[in-house]
Amino acid sequence: MTPRVWTRERMLSLLPAALLLALVVVLPIARVVALSVMRTEMDEGFRLEFAGLDPFVRLWQDGRWWTSLRNTAVFTASSVAAEMVLGIAFALLLHGSFRGRGLARAIVMLPWALPTAVMALAWSWIFNDSFGVANDLLRRLGLASEPIAWLGQGGTAMFAMVAADVWKTTPFVTLIVLAGLQAIPHEVMEAARVDGLNARQRLTRITLPLLVPSLIVALAFRMVQAYGAFDLVYVMTGGGPGGATETVSLYAYQNYFRYLDFGYGSAIATQGVLIAILLVLIVLRFTRGAGTRG
Amino acid sequence: MSGAPPRAAPRPAWLLALGVTAMVAWSLGPALWQALTAIKPDAQITRVPTVYLPQPPTLEHVRRLFERLPFEAYLANSAWVATWAMLLCVAIAALAAAALARMPGPGRLRLLLVLLFISLFPPILLLFPLYEGVRALGWINHPIALILPYAALNLPLAVWVLESAFRQLPREIDEAARVDGLAPIARLWRIHLPLAMPSVVTAAILVFIFCWNEFMLALTFMTRHDAKTVTAGIASVGSASLFEIPWGQLSAAIVVATLPLVFLVLLFERRIASGLTRGALKG
Repeated sequence: MTPRVWTRERMLSLLPAALLLALVVVLPIARVVALSVMRTEMDEGFRLEFAGLDPFVRLWQDGRWWTSLRNTAVFTASSVAAEMVLGIAFALLLHGSFRGRGLARAIVMLPWALPTAVMALAWSWIFNDSFGVANDLLRRLGLASEPIAWLGQGGTAMFAMVAADVWKTTPFVTLIVLAGLQAIPHEVMEAARVDGLNARQRLTRITLPLLVPSLIVALAFRMVQAYGAFDLVYVMTGGGPGGATETVSLYAYQNYFRYLDFGYGSAIATQGVLIAILLVLIVLRFTRGAGTRG
Repeated sequence: MSGAPPRAAPRPAWLLALGVTAMVAWSLGPALWQALTAIKPDAQITRVPTVYLPQPPTLEHVRRLFERLPFEAYLANSAWVATWAMLLCVAIAALAAAALARMPGPGRLRLLLVLLFISLFPPILLLFPLYEGVRALGWINHPIALILPYAALNLPLAVWVLESAFRQLPREIDEAARVDGLAPIARLWRIHLPLAMPSVVTAAILVFIFCWNEFMLALTFMTRHDAKTVTAGIASVGSASLFEIPWGQLSAAIVVATLPLVFLVLLFERRIASGLTRGALKG
């Protein structure tokens, strides 16, 4: 006799989790999708009326939406790329054996555990134009004679945000890659050594290809998280200067709580997530193909 | 060239040392810089060129911090919200994980993947409907407005960690408990949880950290000053009135708000690492 899958007991045990997720996740998603095709009328109090595809036409013509989308793409691509490289490097270092490795591991983990919103403030102090340590270090190294107004210009503000994000989330990539490294059987490396592969060849021909599954996992998680970035932008730049660092999440937030345009905010959030899902699917397909070939 | 046996050259020790030093400096630097600023006298904070080591160190900023902001309230709110959300989340997740761990057929994996999928949605998607709900229920400025969403949003991670732990428990123990007539909750409480204690602790720490650090919902649902959590409290003070609150005090606030997390990481680094990677690498 095969065991029954849906016993009464099992359903009862799953019920609280299902209920909580329905209330906090499923219902709100249904609501936000519904709101995304509504128009907010403010003539006599707030009124929402069905607007069909109008919000999407509005998005299409909204320059600020395209800018926020581009900012989000630039932020996601640069910080995820830097995190992957740095994460792999850190993992390789931590995989070696040296004195104080346990402490080094804990220190490398630290940024991941600290609150993004609070550390964003710390980073804006580091990049402060008059008193920031970033400018002082550059001056001491002879790389810049004039202090840079990091958060006052679009390009450098984006750079500062990416630096803060890389600092904060490299530990996550490091952890996943490190776990992947530890799963590579010792015999494989030993065999490669006996076959006369040098350190570089072992890295590029054996370690990295075997790491591909872990890298894909890290990549997918990080892309989705970077795409939804809010805390860092809200605190460090507020989207400025002149909207040069405004992300999709922040633009949606501004529509909700500043312009009180709930319908349009929902349209932005919904569209943003659809695009993110599409992006991840494309990247997953692409990398998975590369993984099986390589 | 041909005579020498193909022996792998050991990685030069100085290169490793350099790499490790750079890695540690990068990871520790920004936090350390805040700590230094927090104990630096005001005049040295705004001196150009930058003063690196405070002379002499002062605890003035930390003392003043508790005078100017309802800082104790921030800390107490964060601790209260994160603790209850953690307990609620782990309890519900444990119940679900125990049911999933012994589930036959493909349903188990499907449900776990659904959970993973749910955890990938960016919170901005949920923010406004949740805000509507919180307002309709009159929960603005009430801790429950954060506790319920925090418990729900961390549920996928907690279920993943606990399910993989419960699955590794010997099946015979389960059967024996069932034969003894223990109800599901009694089985969970007396058998699953004690035996899988390390993983329960791991899940609890991870959930606690995520709740302590959450910002977007806290910023939106807690509008009264004394209802704010520490992240929303500090960040809103910082961005709104950067020039009213001196940097020394802000740095002190940052250090105090992050100190509990520093201790958690130093004490439980291994557990945190295993918890975070366990879910990710199974899939």
